[in-house]
Amino acid sequence: MHKNKSKLKRYNIPIFIILMLLSICMIFPFVWMFLSAFKTPADVYTYPPKWLPSSFKFDNFAKVFQLIPFGKFYFNTIVTSVTQTFLQIVLSITAAYVFAKLEFPGKKKMYMFVQSAMFIPAVVTVIPLYLMASKVRLVDTYAGIILPQILGVFTTILLISFFQSIPDDLLSASKIDGCGYYRILWNVVIPNSTTAINAAILFAFLSHWKSYMWPLIITNSTHKRTLPVGLKYLVTESSSEYQVMMAAAFMSIIPILIVYIICEKSFTRSLTMTGLKG
Amino acid sequence: MNFRYSFAGKRYETIQTRAAYVLLAPTIIVLIALFIIPVIQVIKLSFTSLNSTTGASRFIGFKNYTYLFASPRFWQSVLNTTLFTIVKLTSEVLIALIIAVMLDSHVPFRKYLRVSFFAPVVVPVVASSIIWIWFFDPTLGPFNQILGVFGLPQSKWIYGKSTALMSIALFSIWRGIGYDIIVFLSGLQGISDSYIEAAHVDGATNLQIFFKIKLPLMRPVLAFVIMMGFIGSFQSFTEVDIMTPDGGPGGSTLLIVNYIYQQAFGNSKMGRGTAASILLFLIIFSMTYLQRKISDRREIRDA
Repeated sequence: MHKNKSKLKRYNIPIFIILMLLSICMIFPFVWMFLSAFKTPADVYTYPPKWLPSSFKFDNFAKVFQLIPFGKFYFNTIVTSVTQTFLQIVLSITAAYVFAKLEFPGKKKMYMFVQSAMFIPAVVTVIPLYLMASKVRLVDTYAGIILPQILGVFTTILLISFFQSIPDDLLSASKIDGCGYYRILWNVVIPNSTTAINAAILFAFLSHWKSYMWPLIITNSTHKRTLPVGLKYLVTESSSEYQVMMAAAFMSIIPILIVYIICEKSFTRSLTMTGLKG
Repeated sequence: MNFRYSFAGKRYETIQTRAAYVLLAPTIIVLIALFIIPVIQVIKLSFTSLNSTTGASRFIGFKNYTYLFASPRFWQSVLNTTLFTIVKLTSEVLIALIIAVMLDSHVPFRKYLRVSFFAPVVVPVVASSIIWIWFFDPTLGPFNQILGVFGLPQSKWIYGKSTALMSIALFSIWRGIGYDIIVFLSGLQGISDSYIEAAHVDGATNLQIFFKIKLPLMRPVLAFVIMMGFIGSFQSFTEVDIMTPDGGPGGSTLLIVNYIYQQAFGNSKMGRGTAASILLFLIIFSMTYLQRKISDRREIRDA
């Protein structure tokens, strides 16, 4: 009843105008990047600087590929973030199922143990992990980039809270049908939680895609760099050729922005679900 | 064979227990490799003089810690991080709360508005930092141009000693505020309509409803956002490493994590870097512990 009433209510226009102005401020950097990726050096280095490009040419994009192996960076980022996401989700699903639906001695202690990993700042483990990786010769390899980043406490907690909402009757029914615990996970729990699992995949993928500090530390040759690390070196190598930097930023931002806009609903829901559980 | 057994007063089944341990084993192994061993190592390393280029390492007791306590550059990074966090956290939480309340009212294009506020959160920080480097350019950047249009004085942004840290905080607020807004918004939407309607019937104004009903009910959400914001902002690294890689004019943007990175991977002083990272952990841990204690006590008092 309340819902119907609020639909009839008139829009709050003054507040809408304020919000629109604020949202223009928020997306202004992206608009600027989009327009500037097409600017010529003359557009950028005149005074006062021009806001609109004088023509829509793709010269800056070509320049990015000349300056840095951008395609290789893209490839590296896709390989590492897809693998990391896959491993992280497998670990999260199995652990979440155990904590949400199985009973065993020491469950509470194990859960606290897993949770405690969340409270250790990444920078604390970075130095020993680097030393360990160099001991086993994983520096500057894909495995070296991938392996230390496959534990996701956040996605585990997200899935636990979702798995708990699956009714126990559903699980015991398949147990009576002769399913073991592994079969129940595969045949009942996973098919019934696709929305939550998709949200977790999306969350993990987006955070691996933008991951910066660890790939920066563990790579030292150009051809192993990921996109964020490669972009850092573009800043120094293209030394303030802003229009080229914008073309590179454009190519790294737009695909991920499109993925986010398509999956916005499930992503937001996953964030708030765990956010409020704390 | 499946047996029932009891352990510490609770009943279990052997098959279920075995399945649980098998499924949990990979997570536990990874956890030990990626957290437990490194944490033990980090404590050991902080008492050594390990240099990663020479490979020389010897036990030096608390020398790394005494070095840090006497180092003006380390203290500068602690001070910068604290200032950065205070400015970022207070303004971000305040603005996010106001925007969330506005989004909670009846406005059109809500999905567009939500996406536009959250978009900076999902894009790679390195990529957005690159855009903002241009914004902060004193001669070619749009910020000074806009200030000029309104006849306001020009700023040196990340190139000025007094403005650099605050410029980076401004960027950091832009890229982080969407998360706070979304969490606050879901908190506000979780408040039952019946409270609000009852208050309306009693003649309460919107402002009263916000301060007397919504805000108190939002306290756990606020506490969560502040805690996460604090932990995140004390670990900020990327924006400074991209925009002012050398720590800014006069070290004015050097944050603790950037200091650790410089020591460990720039100067190869692994021992000193680990000691600094332990100090950072202690700061974060004690602050979150304190906040937990305060909010717990409040809940007991209010109950």
